[in-house]
Amino acid sequence: MAAATHLLTPEESHAEPHQEAVVVRFAGDSGDGMQLTGGQFTLSTALAGNDLATFPDFPAEIRAPQGTTFGVSAFQINFGSTAIETAGDQPDVLIAMNPAALKVNVAALREGGLIIADEGEFSQRNLAKAGYDANPLEDESLAKWQLVKFNISQLTMDAVKPFGLGNKEALRCKNMWTLGLALWMFDRSREPIVDWLKTKFAKAPQLAEANIAALNAGHAYGETVEMGAAVKPRHIAAAPAEPGLYRTVTGAEALGLGLVAGAQLAHLPMFFGSYPITPASPLLHHLSRLKEYDITTFQAEDEIAAICAALGASYAGSLGVTSSSGPGIALKTEAIGLAVMTELPLVIVNSQRGGPSTGLPTKTEQSDLYQAVYGRNGDAPLPVIAARSPSDAFDCAIEACRIATRYMTPVMLLTDGYIANAAEPWRVPDMSGYEAFPVTFANGEAPRADDGKLLPYARDERLARPWIKPGTPGLTHRIGGIEKNPGTGDLDYSPGAHAEMTRLRHQKVLGISADIPDQDVCLGEPGAALAVVGWGSTFGPIHQAVRRMRARGADVAHVHIRHIWPLPANLGELLHGFGRVIVPEMNAGQLKTVLRDQYLVDARSLTKVSGQPFRIAEIEGAIAEALEGTAPGNLRSDSTQLPEGDSGHDDGSNVREGLAR
Amino acid sequence: MNELTQIEKTTAKDWATDQEVRWCPGCGDYAVLKAVQRTMPDLGVAREKTVFVSGIGCSSRFPYYMETYGFHTIHGRAPAVATGIKLANPELDVWIITGDGDALSIGGNHTMHVLRRNLDCQILLFNNEIYGLTKGQYSPTSRPGTRSPSTPFGSVDRPARPCAFALGAGARFVARGIDVNKNLPDVLKAAHAHRGAAFVEIFQNCVVYNDDVFAPFTAREVASEMQLWLKPGEKMLFADGTKGIALDHDTLSLRVVAGDDPAVLTHDPANRMLAHLLVEMPGQGFPVALGVLYDDPAPTFEAAVLEQNHTVAAGKKADLQALVSKGQSWMVEKEPRAE
Repeated sequence: MAAATHLLTPEESHAEPHQEAVVVRFAGDSGDGMQLTGGQFTLSTALAGNDLATFPDFPAEIRAPQGTTFGVSAFQINFGSTAIETAGDQPDVLIAMNPAALKVNVAALREGGLIIADEGEFSQRNLAKAGYDANPLEDESLAKWQLVKFNISQLTMDAVKPFGLGNKEALRCKNMWTLGLALWMFDRSREPIVDWLKTKFAKAPQLAEANIAALNAGHAYGETVEMGAAVKPRHIAAAPAEPGLYRTVTGAEALGLGLVAGAQLAHLPMFFGSYPITPASPLLHHLSRLKEYDITTFQAEDEIAAICAALGASYAGSLGVTSSSGPGIALKTEAIGLAVMTELPLVIVNSQRGGPSTGLPTKTEQSDLYQAVYGRNGDAPLPVIAARSPSDAFDCAIEACRIATRYMTPVMLLTDGYIANAAEPWRVPDMSGYEAFPVTFANGEAPRADDGKLLPYARDERLARPWIKPGTPGLTHRIGGIEKNPGTGDLDYSPGAHAEMTRLRHQKVLGISADIPDQDVCLGEPGAALAVVGWGSTFGPIHQAVRRMRARGADVAHVHIRHIWPLPANLGELLHGFGRVIVPEMNAGQLKTVLRDQYLVDARSLTKVSGQPFRIAEIEGAIAEALEGTAPGNLRSDSTQLPEGDSGHDDGSNVREGLAR
Repeated sequence: MNELTQIEKTTAKDWATDQEVRWCPGCGDYAVLKAVQRTMPDLGVAREKTVFVSGIGCSSRFPYYMETYGFHTIHGRAPAVATGIKLANPELDVWIITGDGDALSIGGNHTMHVLRRNLDCQILLFNNEIYGLTKGQYSPTSRPGTRSPSTPFGSVDRPARPCAFALGAGARFVARGIDVNKNLPDVLKAAHAHRGAAFVEIFQNCVVYNDDVFAPFTAREVASEMQLWLKPGEKMLFADGTKGIALDHDTLSLRVVAGDDPAVLTHDPANRMLAHLLVEMPGQGFPVALGVLYDDPAPTFEAAVLEQNHTVAAGKKADLQALVSKGQSWMVEKEPRAE
C-alpha cells in the first residue's frame, strides 16, 4: 500500500515477493477492543520500520449482542520487510478471543497457519452463541491449522489482581495481554504502548497500571512458557524506505490534512458542512478539532443542508467542503447541480460504501463512479478525482481544492470505506514543497460590458468566471439556478443562451485535462501485451498482482487513474497502445464503460461486488487468463476473506469506545 | 457603529434592479417588493452588505429585483444556504425570501433548524396558501376543502400555521403582516432590528389561483373588526377600540371583551406564553393578530460558532508542517539496503 514511500528494489519488481511478510488478524467480540489492539500493534509495526497495510473490519452494530457471530470485530495487518500494498490475502496468524471470532474468521486462515485462542471464553454458553455444537478446541476440526490455546481471560485476571479492579474491568485488560504476547512474537518494544497507555489513562492511573501489567504479563508469558514450535519470536527486518520522517496515517486523517493544506494553499478559510454517515464521519471529527486553521465545521440537519451551507459559504468567500457516502451524495445531488450552475468552488468528498440504498454501510465498494461522473439532472459536468490509498488521499484533497478554486467548479473527490479506515506508513511531506494557489477575489476591476454593466459570468483563459464576494462595494449582482445570460448572468432562457452556457460549462471542465499530469504507467511499459487499468483503492492488489506476473515473465503493465473526469489527455493513445486492457473494479464495470465510451477501446471488466477488496491472487488469475486470450469476468464473494457483517448505521464509534479493555 | 454614519443615502429606487419584474399583474408580491425597497434605505445597511437568499416559487424570484447581492437557490434550501453565508461572513445582512410551500413543505426541515439555531437573519414567508408557480395545487397552509388541480374534490389535510410552527421551532421573533398594508415597513424594520432569526409571515394574495383567500380579514370593510395590530406596551384593542382581548383565567384561553374592560391585555412581546395564544387565536369572532407577536432576543448561532472558534483557537498557531507531522512518528535515517 505504501508504494509511494517504500522503495521497490529491481529484484523485487522482477522476483517473487520476499517471504518476510506476515499477515495477522486479531478477532474478538466488538467489546473486546480489537480495533484498539490492532491500532497499537500497527504503531509498533511502523516503529519497527516494517512496511504495512491494515484492514479494520467491524460490525455495523454499535453493540451487537456479546459473543454472537455478528458482533465479531476484526483487525487485519500485513507487515513485512518489503513493500506491502494490501492487507494480505490470507492471514498467517489468527488471534481469536472467543468462539464467535474463531467461527467467523478461521476459514480465512492459510492452511498450516497459527490459531491462538482464549480457551477461557470457550464455555458451553459462548459455544452455543457462536453456533458450535462441540468445542472446536477439543475436537479435530481445526486439524489443518496449528492450534495454541490458553486461558487468556484467567491469565489477565491474575496479572491485574493487585490493582483491585472489578471482574468486568479486569477482563477488559485482555486485549493488552494479547497485545503483549503479539509484541513478544514479533520482537517488538513495549515502550511506545506503555507511553500511550499512560497518556490514555492519565486521569485513571490505576487503569493505566493494570493495562500495563496485562501487557507485560502477555509478553512474559511468551518468554517463559514453552508453547511449542508454532509460537516463537520472529524478527521481521525493516523495509527499505526513503529517508525521512514517517508516521502512520488512515485515509480519513490524510484526507482531512489534505483539505486543510488545500485551503491554506488557496489562502482561504474552510467551511466544512457535513451530516454523520458511515464511513465518512471521521473526516468531520478530525476537522472539527482544527479551529486554529481557520476552519468552521457545521453539522447540518441533513445532507442537503450540509452541502447547501457549504455552497453558501463558498459564495461568501470561504472554501466550501462537504463530505458523505453514496446515499448522502444522492441527497446532495440537486445542490451539486446548483454549484455547477452558479459556478462556485466546492469540494464534495464521497467515501464510497457498498450500495445501492443503505447497502453495506461498513463494507467497501467503488460503485459510485457513475454517480460522480454522470449522476445529475441536465448536462452537469464536474471534475472527479479518486484517491488510491490512505496517504494518496492527502495529495488528492489538495488537488481537488486547487481545481475547485482555479476553475470555479464543484469537484468530486472519491475515496472508499477501505481507504478511510485503513492505515499505512506515510512519509511526512515537506509542505514548503507545495506550490500555493492563492485565490484572487474580484474587486473594483471586475469585468464589465461596454455599457458598464457588471459581467459576473465573464470568463478568463480557463473559462472560469470571477469570484465576487458579497460585501464587495459596487459589484452587487444576483446568481441562481436558472439559466442565464453568458456574460451578465441575468435570467435568460433563450435557446442561444442555454446552448452557449451548456457548451461553456462543458468546455471549462474538459479544459482541466490540460492542467493535470499525463497518465503514467506505474509498473511495466507502455505498449505491453496487457494493461491492468484501475482506479481508487484497488491500487494495492493490482500493483502486487502485476508485479508478481511480471516476475514470471508476463508482459503486463499497471495503469492507475487518479483523474476520473476529465481523463488525462494522453489516456486514449496510451490505452490503444496496449494489446489488451482489463479493468478490475469493485463494482459491476463502471470505469470500463467510461473508457469504452471515451476511447472505443475494448476494455474488459474484472468485477467484484462482495464488499471485500480484491485478493492479489484473483487479479493474478485474471491477468493470466487475459494473456491467454480468455476474458475475465465476475468474481464471487469469498467466504474465507473478510468477515461479513449486517447492515446498519455505524460511524465506527465502537472502535474508539472499545478502549483498552 | 462608525459604519452606519458612512452609509450613503439611498432611496427606494436605488434598491431596485434593471430587471423586468415577472410576477402576474396584481400579485401581492409587487406590494411586498415595494415595501421592502422602501424600507431598506432606513435600515442603515449598505447595499453591498445585504444578501437576499431565496428558494423556489413565485416569491423566490424576489432577489433578482433587489440591487443587493442575491442568491436564488433550490427548492426549500434557502435557510441552509443562508446559514453558510452568515457563518462565512457574519457582517452580511441576510434576508431569506420564501413561500408557504418552500418553507413549510419541501424546506420544512431547514426552516425549523434555522429558527432553533437562531441564525441572525430575516425570514419573510410569503403565505398565499397555494402553489402558484406550479399552477395552483394546494399548499401546506391551504384550508381543508381547498379545490385545486391536485385536489379536485377538496383537500382533506389540516394546514400548518406558519407562526405557530415558528414558535414551536424555538423562534425568538415572530411577526405578521399583510402584503398591501401600510404597516408592513414597520414590521420589516422591527424584524431587522431583532438580532437573531426574525420570522415574518406575510399574507400575500395570489390573484390567479387563490384570489381573496384572506379577504375575510383583509377586506377594507372588515379590516377594523378583524385585525388586531399589536403594539408593545399598548392595550390589545381592535374594532376602533371598541373591543379588546383578555385572558380567561379559568380556561387559559383568550376571549373578546369590551374595549373599556380593565381586563384587556397589554401587549408584551417578550411574553412567550402570550405569543402562543396569539398565534393560535381562533376565528369565530376573534380578529387576526398582526404586527410583532413575539420579540425576545437570544444569543445567535453565528456568534456562538465564532466565539467558540475564537476561544478554541486562542493561543494556538496554525502550523501546517507541525500538523502533518503530528502523532507518533519515526525517522528513517537512510536506505537500509543501500549499504
